[in-house]
Amino acid sequence: MTDISTGAFERIRTGLPSSPGEARLAQAWRGWQLLRASPAALTGLAIILALLLVALFAPQLAPETPYGQALDRQLVPPSWDHPFGTDEFGRDVLSRVINGARYTLYIVVLVAVIAAPVGLLVGASSGYLGGWIDTLFMRITDIALAFPRLILALAFVTAFGPGLNNAIIAIALTGWPPYVRIARAEALTMRKSDYIAAVELMGASRLRIILVHVVPLCLPSLFVRMTLDMAGVILIAAGLGFLGLGAQPPAAEWGVMLSNGKEYLLSGWWVATFPGLAIFFVCMGFNLLGDGLRDILDPRHEA
Amino acid sequence: MTRSTKAGRIALKQGATIAATFLGLVLVTFLIGRVMPLDPVTAAVGPDVSQEIYDAVKEEMGLNKPLLIQLLDYIGQVLRGDFGVSFSTNQPVIRDIARVFPATVELAAAGVLIGTLIGVPLGVLAAVKRGTAIDGAVRVVTLVGHSAPVFWKGLILLVVFYAALDWANGPGRLSVYYEGVVPTRTGLIVIDAILAREWDVMRDALGHLALPAFSLGYGAAAYIGRMTRSFMLDQLRQEYVSVARVKGLSEFRVVFTEVLPNCAVQLVTTIALTFGLLLEGAVLTETVFAWPGLGQYMTKAMFNADMNAVLGGTLVIGVIFVALNLGSDLLYRILDPRTRT
Repeated sequence: MTDISTGAFERIRTGLPSSPGEARLAQAWRGWQLLRASPAALTGLAIILALLLVALFAPQLAPETPYGQALDRQLVPPSWDHPFGTDEFGRDVLSRVINGARYTLYIVVLVAVIAAPVGLLVGASSGYLGGWIDTLFMRITDIALAFPRLILALAFVTAFGPGLNNAIIAIALTGWPPYVRIARAEALTMRKSDYIAAVELMGASRLRIILVHVVPLCLPSLFVRMTLDMAGVILIAAGLGFLGLGAQPPAAEWGVMLSNGKEYLLSGWWVATFPGLAIFFVCMGFNLLGDGLRDILDPRHEA
Repeated sequence: MTRSTKAGRIALKQGATIAATFLGLVLVTFLIGRVMPLDPVTAAVGPDVSQEIYDAVKEEMGLNKPLLIQLLDYIGQVLRGDFGVSFSTNQPVIRDIARVFPATVELAAAGVLIGTLIGVPLGVLAAVKRGTAIDGAVRVVTLVGHSAPVFWKGLILLVVFYAALDWANGPGRLSVYYEGVVPTRTGLIVIDAILAREWDVMRDALGHLALPAFSLGYGAAAYIGRMTRSFMLDQLRQEYVSVARVKGLSEFRVVFTEVLPNCAVQLVTTIALTFGLLLEGAVLTETVFAWPGLGQYMTKAMFNADMNAVLGGTLVIGVIFVALNLGSDLLYRILDPRTRT
């Protein structure tokens, strides 16, 4: 007990924890060891961390404001002054791409915050309660899973009216079914387990069991699924922006910038190329990290 | 006897699932049409009409009936193929869609063809050479295909192969001077040109088709390649593969006569699903290439808040998507003897 700090670290590292907090840290440490062994997953993690940092410090990182027009330098090719060139209003493309990270993060976080909890609650209740509730929820989910996602999102946005927030709602409305499936599958495996039986014997209500004992254990798989889904969410959001139904000009959103750049393809290839590269790298980051996390959680998948 | 009743029960269950899914799709499009903040009556007659005309039009459109009756009316109309009239073209939506849809089918079919021809060999190669540099290279190629937005791939292809190299033709389906040369039979210009033996027209149409089909086909190849690899790996682990090798078959024969045929069923269902995904992707690709298909029709309709046209297009793509989804599932059950118990 004299040297608590190194002792605790040693216990966490060797996987012999002596308190719930240490056990959680030990678990995280094991996960990190596995993740560290996969260069692909690490690359993905690095890309997403970079996205976070760029979005957080966009005003400090961007050399200019994303909306500053300068009509005396329209469509200037990439140079030392403007590494990504300037667009048709003389705005610095690099500064706009950097600010676009904020839109992407905003979209991804909001879609996850809206769609995942709904899927989690429905799926966990469905799997734990079983019976006709399970049948009903799963029928609805299966039906919704068979729908084409992008087209439905397009129809929703047309009905709500174009705009960033409406696009986010539309994407979330089409995004919950996979989370229901994942959470239900997890809940099914635990409903007959001893510890759930023990809590039931202690007289816990169904609501309490679902919220306190089932939902937390569904989180890891749900998180992996979310990571894998994020690439798709970004692509759909960029697609809506590209069609003019998502974020609206002059917003420095990558899809909007691409759509703008489409008009100047021949006189200024850089206007469309760099936001496209940004979308591509971020999607790749989520795909790589998602694949890596899935391999860790479900080693059978790749073996 | 028990076997046939069981098969009948499964068929009945499948039928019920299919019916419920289509009904769900119609319900969703109906609800989308009702949540619209824009008043459909105002959209039809404009803002400056008297109350009497407004009420008359509202009555004529059936919008003052109870919501449930409206839904039943809507289902009846959809079943008869009546999606209403488009405000922007003043034509029945179904006739508009019949006119533009072949272009989208041609594009998606070409994309699936390219995706299959590239994706399957890549997947087989990656599985056989698992863990080597070749596997890694295939992984990178498919990852790029997954992660790059399809409209961005299209723009880059346009810049490189049309503007810079001039290897392919630009936007549209045909060059102006070839328009109307071949009679429309299938609506797929390449096929129509072959039927009419107009080889110049066929070459021109292929030149226009190449770039949009490749931007779609690359994404499809990425998906198909990834799935092929994992199907092949599943099979390569089986005992019959060791038996075939012990018998002294060459690795080439093991892969192509023993393993690949066993993946065929899964591959067919994957390719069917890909076709549905490409119909969706075509909406974005068509905007880039000014391809006069359903995607462009719907995009234009969206900006005019032409809800009948948007929902009609959504239903057509949705029904085909759902049919491919459920159809491939059914196909899997029929073709794979292991699912028959």
